[in-house]
Order: sequence, then structure tokens, then C-alpha cells
Amino acid sequence: MGAGGLNTKGRHTQLGSGYLSCTSAFSGSPQPQPCGKALMQATGEMRAIIMQSHPNDILPLTLTSATQELFGCRCDEDVTGDNPYKILRKEDIVQDMRMRAAVSDFSPMKQLVLDYPEDELLLVYDRDFIYGSSFYLVLTADAKERHLKVIEVALEREPSEVFAAQKTSEPQPWISLGSEQEIEEESVTDSRPRLKYRISRVRREFGAPIFFSDRNAMETKDGFIECTPYQDKNFSLKQMERHTGVQTIPNLKSSSTQTQWTYPRSMCTQYEPREFSEEKKENCLQSEKLKNFVNSVASRFEIAIQQNEIMDVFFDDWKALSEEDSGYGRKADPHLKEYQSFTDLHFSKEKTISNINWHPTINGVIAVAVTERLSFEDRINGSTKLLLNPSLILFWSFSDPINPQLLLECPDDVFSFEFCPSDPNIIVGGCMNGQVVLWDISTHVEQLQGTHKRENETPVVRYCAVSGIENGHKAPITDIQWLPGTFEVSRMGVPMENKNGICVQIVTCAPDCCVMFWDIRAPRVLQTMADQRKQKVEEKPLENPHGVPNTFKHLDLTWKPLIRVQHISYCKTRLQLVLSTTFCPQDGELVYTDWKLEKDNDSGRLFSAKPSHRFIIHDGQVNTVRRSPFFKDIILTVGGWTFAIWKEGVTNGPIIQSSCSQKKCTVGYWSQSRPAVLFIGKEDGNIDVWDLLEKTHEPSQTQNITATQITCIKPWIVSSKQHLLAVSDHLGTLHILEIPWTLRSPSSNEKLSMSKYFEKEVDRLVYFEKRREMRAKEKKDYEAEELRKKTYLIKRPVIFIIEK
Amino acid sequence: MAEVEETLKRIQTHKGVIGTIVVNAEGIPIRTTLDNSTTVQYAGLLHQLTMKARSTVRDLDPQNDLTFLRIRPKKHEIMVAPDKEYLLIVIQNPSE
Repeated sequence: MGAGGLNTKGRHTQLGSGYLSCTSAFSGSPQPQPCGKALMQATGEMRAIIMQSHPNDILPLTLTSATQELFGCRCDEDVTGDNPYKILRKEDIVQDMRMRAAVSDFSPMKQLVLDYPEDELLLVYDRDFIYGSSFYLVLTADAKERHLKVIEVALEREPSEVFAAQKTSEPQPWISLGSEQEIEEESVTDSRPRLKYRISRVRREFGAPIFFSDRNAMETKDGFIECTPYQDKNFSLKQMERHTGVQTIPNLKSSSTQTQWTYPRSMCTQYEPREFSEEKKENCLQSEKLKNFVNSVASRFEIAIQQNEIMDVFFDDWKALSEEDSGYGRKADPHLKEYQSFTDLHFSKEKTISNINWHPTINGVIAVAVTERLSFEDRINGSTKLLLNPSLILFWSFSDPINPQLLLECPDDVFSFEFCPSDPNIIVGGCMNGQVVLWDISTHVEQLQGTHKRENETPVVRYCAVSGIENGHKAPITDIQWLPGTFEVSRMGVPMENKNGICVQIVTCAPDCCVMFWDIRAPRVLQTMADQRKQKVEEKPLENPHGVPNTFKHLDLTWKPLIRVQHISYCKTRLQLVLSTTFCPQDGELVYTDWKLEKDNDSGRLFSAKPSHRFIIHDGQVNTVRRSPFFKDIILTVGGWTFAIWKEGVTNGPIIQSSCSQKKCTVGYWSQSRPAVLFIGKEDGNIDVWDLLEKTHEPSQTQNITATQITCIKPWIVSSKQHLLAVSDHLGTLHILEIPWTLRSPSSNEKLSMSKYFEKEVDRLVYFEKRREMRAKEKKDYEAEELRKKTYLIKRPVIFIIEK
Repeated sequence: MAEVEETLKRIQTHKGVIGTIVVNAEGIPIRTTLDNSTTVQYAGLLHQLTMKARSTVRDLDPQNDLTFLRIRPKKHEIMVAPDKEYLLIVIQNPSE
């Protein structure tokens, strides 16, 4: 407690030990101090509570009243307890001391006063005699400063707070302020004692019958009491505010009307355009106005027409560009992909396939003719064995690669067969022994289509008609074709229109120098134009063995050809039909003939005309003659080591002839979808794909399919996305290949390009011919010239002139 | 008369021109190089179309008038020049 100092604005003063810490009240520290009564009085006064001795820089002194009056510090008048400070001038004190010398109150401290550095001294009125006297004088400047500071602080000091002592409250009696009245009003209590009533009735009236009667309430006054409603003003509320929502809707209006019902009636009008008569037209044409009009508008037309001639503004270059591009950009595999392969161990073992045909209507069904792989001698030697093994045509379906769907039985090996274009259930085949065979598979069609569940055994269909052996060819029938359904050939060889529209005639050819025409109809339908010595077809009713349909019963075993076309010494191997001509290639020679029979006037016999043209182009046997499916007059022939393309009407030679290949070409076929592509099969099992627009000196691509010779190629379009190529080989296996996109989709203007190419080739041929003629002529002229010169030389006379 | 003939012939002999028709204000053909049924059909239809086209042009701008109408079907082009009283139609197959 005694160490506290006066912390006024950082100043630190060490007071005497006698001071209490109440001086710390000035320090500003908010420490509540237990204060005594003395502090409560000390408001702005600096008073020590207990004072023993005075500090060094204060000198207590007593001033007489005279001195007090002199210096203006009279007790309790100038200086009071509240304002005990008085500033005295040093000079005044010195003056006083000089004047009153020993009497002056200040004389004992004369030296001190003189030592005082400043001019003014502080005199403090000590009312409580803290220092023992009524006044004290502050001796040092520091103390004076201190005091003055204290004065300022004391003035600013807030009054000290009164702290009420905290006591625990005790329960006091409740003083009512009137709030219990409401509660008391609300509670229900009896305000008076309850009244009791007792009602009794006479005993004898218990259980007495009750009688009800009516009484009109209106009659008697006060018969009823009513509460009439009335408007209570207390409850009339006026709604000042209302919150609603508003929505607009379109005006709805419903109305109805009744119309007059009319019924429709068919009516028609006929009109014809108005026309001018001739003279009126003439008049118009003469008129001046027309002349003017025409003159004025002609120029516009000419401009427009010329514009159109120059270029076609609506040609879409962008689209045209993209078509070409897509062909090259494709990285697709251009190879033929193996799709499926068919071989039957039972039926086609050690046999070869001679001909393939796709079923025209049923998808995925293909028929192959299986023949023995024997040479002629072997055939003769083993003929008895052959008779036991029937020859067959197998029907394969894609759904079953192991078992053939249908077998057609043939009397002998079939080298060529065809489906009838108008009725795919009829199949005609030409056998090795020269017979023509007909099958009817209409009963097995559902099975082929796959709608029937197949039995375990492959059904065998026997042929339903076969030509008589003596009537047919004398050599194996190598090619057989149906005549198109639109025309038929009469007995004279004149093609006529076939009214039925179905195919009824067949052409066959064989190496016995015969081409025969056959008709499958019953004889009475045949037109007998001039039945002189023409063979008639006899009708013979036959029984129906083996469940064979009776379709061609009339033909069976008695079938005779309609026309027999005999060519002298030409063996036929293949034929391709045209309206009135045939190509009959054989042994490398291409023969172009007209089959019309002419009548020889002398003998009256009919004979066929001589062939109009013969060409020897191929080095080996010509095995394929095919028309292009895109150009009606372009024909492909394949034989030996080359193939050639011919154009009908151009008789100089083939327009295109390929170079000799390494291996023999065995078969060829045009592509069905691309006019410039053709497939050539080779004897080493390769298929050459020729793209005539790309290269003509070699095939565009070669692909090996099998190890042996390829015997037949047939393409087929299943859908726009799937083109298949059926290839058969010498071992009896049928391969089905898928034609890739590059080979099946034509490039833009392919047909046009091809036709232009063919034309160019034709021109070339013609040019060559011309040149040849010209050369021949030139040669002749040259020789004539030479001859003339020689004779001239000989004939020239020699004249001697002798000079003398 | 000869002039008219000559002019029309000149137009007709341009490359690709298929036919020319002269039609009067009511749509009745006066002179033609095509067969009758085709002529009548072209005349009737093109006359109506020209009237419609002309009225369209004049609706858009009353001071404007239709001078030439070219119709471009896929196969060839039809050109029509209208007048107050006549209509000249030319059908051309542009460069192939």
C-alpha cells in the first residue's frame, strides 16, 4: 500500500512511506478501493488521511492575518478548502521580507525563497493542518508543477461511484397491485346457494295414454316466442382491404348454327382448250404489234439461251466431286471374300461341277450340276459303274452348308441346265447323251424356301420329261438356253411374238453340229404353219411313275425338237442367243450366224443359211460367250489363253482383245453391277478381275480361290449391299464369294465411259481397216509404178549420133 | 411477217432449244413448233403463271414490271417473255 505513486500522465513520484495508496485514486486505475469517509469528502482535494511529517519540498508556515491580507490569501475567504492554492510572486515575498524584516512571516525561509528558481511560488492553504500549519509553501518547481497538475486532474475527476452492498433477498409479504381481480372474475363460483326444485306427479297418471293435439301458434297471443333477427351495429364490419387475384381469359363465346345438308353427287365436266382458227392465227401473225413484240423480246431470249449453252448453272460440283473421291479414298479390301463353300462328300466326291445356276427367286439357293471327272476312254470303260451312280443336280442353300437341299436325278451327266425365267420351278438340262431333260420342283419349293422342316433325307426329284434319244443330239449337249418369254420361234424359224409371256422354247447346241429348238408346250397349242415334212410331236398318255408331276407328260420320251439347225462341220460348244442370230463358238472359232431357215427352191428342203461371219481369235476352245448386261450389243468371249470383247455389227474383229495370260482361261462372266468389270476364271484356280476402265493390259487384281481349275463363275445380286460370286472348281467344291464394295458399286458415269471406250475401239478398228486398205492400195500403186518404170526403161530407144 | 419468222427461227435454231410458242393475251397459242397437245398445255399453264408472277412483281413495287421469267425444272429450262398482248415461250435443254 505504500508503494503506490502518483501516476498522473506517466509521472512517477515517490512519496513518503506515510502516504496511503489513496493517492492511487488519481492514477486512473479502476480499482475499487474501500474508502473511508475521508475520501468521500475529498472531491478535488488532495488530502492525506494520515499525516505525520511533511515532505522535503513543502514548507509549512503560518501566516498572520496581516500577511494574509497583504497577499490576498485570507483564510476561508480567498483561499478555501475547495480552492487552497494561491500563486505568490517571489518579488512580493522579497519585498515583504525587506519591508518587515524580522516581522515577516517569510523570514525564516528567506534563503529558500531567494533560492527558488522561478518567479512565482505556490502557497497552499492547509485547512486541515495536515502539515501542522495553516499554510504551506511549495519549495521546488517540480512540486509546484506537481500540485498544479493535481489541481487539473482533480477538477476533471468524476465523482466516485457508490457501490451498493449485495445482499440475498428475503421473502417479503405479497403486496397486491390489483392483478388478481381479473383472474377472480374469470373463475366461476356460485354467487348464491343452489336452488333445489322437486317436481312430482300423481301416481295414477303414470303410464296413462298420451294424447297429442294440434294448436296453431298464431292464434293465441304469445303462443310462441321468437327471436327476430336484427342488424347489430356492433358487428357491422367494413372491409377496408381486400386481397384478390385477377386473371384474364379470352372471350369465350359459344354459338351454333345449322347448315343445310347436301349430299355429294358425282359430276364431271369436260373441256377443251380454246384455239384459234387458222386464218385468225394468220391475222395475228401479220399484225404490227406482234412484230414489235417479237423484236423487242428476242434479245432477252438470246442472252438467256446463250447463257445456258455456255454453262449449266445448276450443276452441283460439290456433289459430283464427292462421288469420285469416295472411290479412291476407300481403304476397303478389294478382295473377294469367301462367304461360304459347299461340298458334299457323298454326292460330289470325285466329281466336278460343270454348271452353276442361282435360283432366280429364292434367295440363297444355288444349284450345281455335278458330273464325272473322267476322260472319254475312262467313261466308256467305266460306263457300267456310271449307270449305277445316278447323276445329280444338287441344290444348296446357305442355311445348310453340309447337306444339299434337293437332288435332281438325271439320266446322264448334265453339262448345262437352266431355270425357266418365267417359272422358276421348271428346270431344263442337257445331258451327255444328247437328251434334253425337264424337271418340275414345284412340290419342293417350300422346302427350298426354308419354311418346311426338312426330313433327314434329302429329297430326290426325278425328271418329269426327257426327249427321245434318237430325236435329240448325238453329242453331249453343251449349252442350253431358254428363249425369252416375249417371243417364240415358229417352225420356219421366224421369230414371232409370244402372246403368253411365259418361256416355252429352248435352244440347245451340241458338238454334233446341230442347234435345236424345242418347245415345251403340248402339241395342239403349237402353230402348225406348214406341216409338210416337219416332224410332228406325238402325244402319248403315260402313266405316272415315281410320283413325278405330270407337267410334261406330253413330252416325256417323245419330245422332239421343233427346229433343227444344221451347220456344216461346225461343232458347237456354246451359244448365246440374240433376236435373230447366234454366236456359236467352237474350237477357237467364233461363228456368227442367222438361224433362219431358208427354203431351198430346188429340193424344197429347208436348210439353214451359211454363217455370215467366222473369226478365229482364240487359241483354244471357246468356252464362254456372254452378253454384257449393260450393253445389248457387247459380247464377251473367253477361250484359250485370251478373252475378247465383240460388238455386234462390227465385223472386222473383236474391239478389245486381251493379251495372252500365263494360264488358260476357263470361264468368264460380266459383272452384274459394274459395266466395266468382268471376271475370268483360270485353270490354276485364280480369278482375274478385269476393270477395263482401269487397266486393259492386265487384270486389276488376281485372287486365288482354289487349287484346281475353275469350271464356272456366276455372280448374283442378293441385295444392294451383298453381291455374291459363285465359283465352282474341278474338285466339285462350290465357293461362294462376296464381292467387295469396290468391285460392285459403279463409279459415276461408268456406263457412259465404257460406251465411249467401246466406240473409240470401234473407231480404231475402222481406222485400221481403212489404213489397211489404203496400204494395200498404196502397195498396189507402188508396184504398178515400179512395173511401169521397168517397162519404160526397156522401151526407151537408144540413139547414136556419130560425128564425122 | 418475214421478220417475225426470221427472228423466231433464229431463236429456234439455237443449240438445245426444244420449242417456241407464241401465245396471245388470253392464253391461246398463235404459233408453235411443238405438237398441239403440248402447246396447249404449256400455253395455258404458263399464261397463268406469268400473270401471277407479274401481279406479284407489281404488288411489291407498282412501278416495276415483269420483263422475263425463267423457270428451271430438272430436265430443261422454260423462258417466258410477257408483254401487254402477247407471250413468247421458249423451252431449252441446257448444256448436257
